[in-house]
Amino acid sequence: MRNIKRLALSAALTLLLSGCGGSDAAWKGSNIEGVMPDLEFELISDAGEAVTEQAYAGKASLVFFGYMNCPDICPGTLQGLSSAIEALPVAEQDDVQVLFISVDPDRDTPEKLNAYTGFFGPQFTGLTGTQAQLSDLVKRMRATYGYGEADAKGNYAVSHSSAIYGFDGQGNAQVLMKSNQPISDFTDDIEQLLERS
Amino acid sequence: MPDLLTILLPYEFSWIAVLFFGSTSLLYARGQRVLARSGDPLPVWRSVLFWLGLSLAYAVMHTRFDYYAQFMFFIHRIQHLALHHVAAILLMGSNPWKALAAGFPEGAVKSAIARALQSGWVQWPYRVIQFPPLAAFLFAGLIFFWLTPDIHFRAMLSQPLYLLMNWSMFIDGLLFWWLILDPRSPVKSGTLGFGKRILLIWVATVPQLALGAYIVGAPDILFDIYEICGRAWPIAPIDDQVLGGLFTWIPPAMMGVLIMVVVLRRLLHQSASDDEQRRTEQFMGK
Repeated sequence: MRNIKRLALSAALTLLLSGCGGSDAAWKGSNIEGVMPDLEFELISDAGEAVTEQAYAGKASLVFFGYMNCPDICPGTLQGLSSAIEALPVAEQDDVQVLFISVDPDRDTPEKLNAYTGFFGPQFTGLTGTQAQLSDLVKRMRATYGYGEADAKGNYAVSHSSAIYGFDGQGNAQVLMKSNQPISDFTDDIEQLLERS
Repeated sequence: MPDLLTILLPYEFSWIAVLFFGSTSLLYARGQRVLARSGDPLPVWRSVLFWLGLSLAYAVMHTRFDYYAQFMFFIHRIQHLALHHVAAILLMGSNPWKALAAGFPEGAVKSAIARALQSGWVQWPYRVIQFPPLAAFLFAGLIFFWLTPDIHFRAMLSQPLYLLMNWSMFIDGLLFWWLILDPRSPVKSGTLGFGKRILLIWVATVPQLALGAYIVGAPDILFDIYEICGRAWPIAPIDDQVLGGLFTWIPPAMMGVLIMVVVLRRLLHQSASDDEQRRTEQFMGK
């Protein structure tokens, strides 16, 4: 009797585990297809115009949240993505775009964002938004951001998501990469993303 | 600073929470009135325990608190401490069944539900899940299950899994603490003996203490999902993890000991609790 109960329990746990594991060996990052929602937003472009996700449809997108005063993670990750894109065949390099979304709109104006993202390559686009627009988007992505106390010079830290969310050309969520993964992982996953777009 | 409305409103609206907490509150409040009118009012301390427990569970699941629980590991641990321990202990310590049953409008629906609850379809799985070794295994096992880094990662990314995690903790807490706090006498009603209840608390609590201590002492970040999704405010990841480990370790241990003392007291005052058991049995129609 006791054995039957144990067996039933382990079967139930295995079922639950396999049901939510969903990891696809093909991705280096985590498979989020069907787990996370499609790309959808209302933001402000680095040209200062109101935009939605439709302005970026048709290309595979890598979405990353950050802020320009970020000392390490943001420039490091953007540089990593830039190197990963350069490692792609030249003909494919423009089939992917990186959307860098600043969650620090007080300091990161569209003009500054434009200059900042341009430094990493032509595939990089800066976006920001009002606090309401940004809150809606991060909530949709089950992420958040927050501000630390300002120091005497008015500098403050910003906590933000460190994930890179990969979407196919139709805006379907596909893969979540961690910013500390090796650049070759980024390249592999971008290639997969392009195959699916 | 968020305004009052932001604090009180849910971060993510959930029909499950509205239906569960809404219907439970209605039934209990109505039951309180019905019992008072019939000249058999509930002891005040019981209804205080009930409302405290219910409000606490609601507050951690369906207010702004849930936002912080999603984006700070240590607040997530406080949320589960509330669901799996504090709120569940308060609710089961209040022995709410009599008031809930009295609050249900008389009629065909009520007798159909009563019949369904007494049927083998409900009683058999209930007895299996409340089989003490399995209950202790589930109580400790669920904590380990949801704190397995890969599973935790998924649960924080997917809303359905997140809800499953929180509700499974809450319901398991209710089941386990009912087994421990059931006011009916072991001698007369065949509920779990007091010595066994104390042993069960011990068996269910020790693995959690070990896990909490392990998290506190872990040199690396075990749950990078909070880094990936961003934290509610900037805090060193390792500080967040140590705090979370402490909340997994110390308060559950203290509560385990406290409830052991409560059960021990009942063991020593068995005859006093027999009165209560008679009253419960009258209500259960035995």
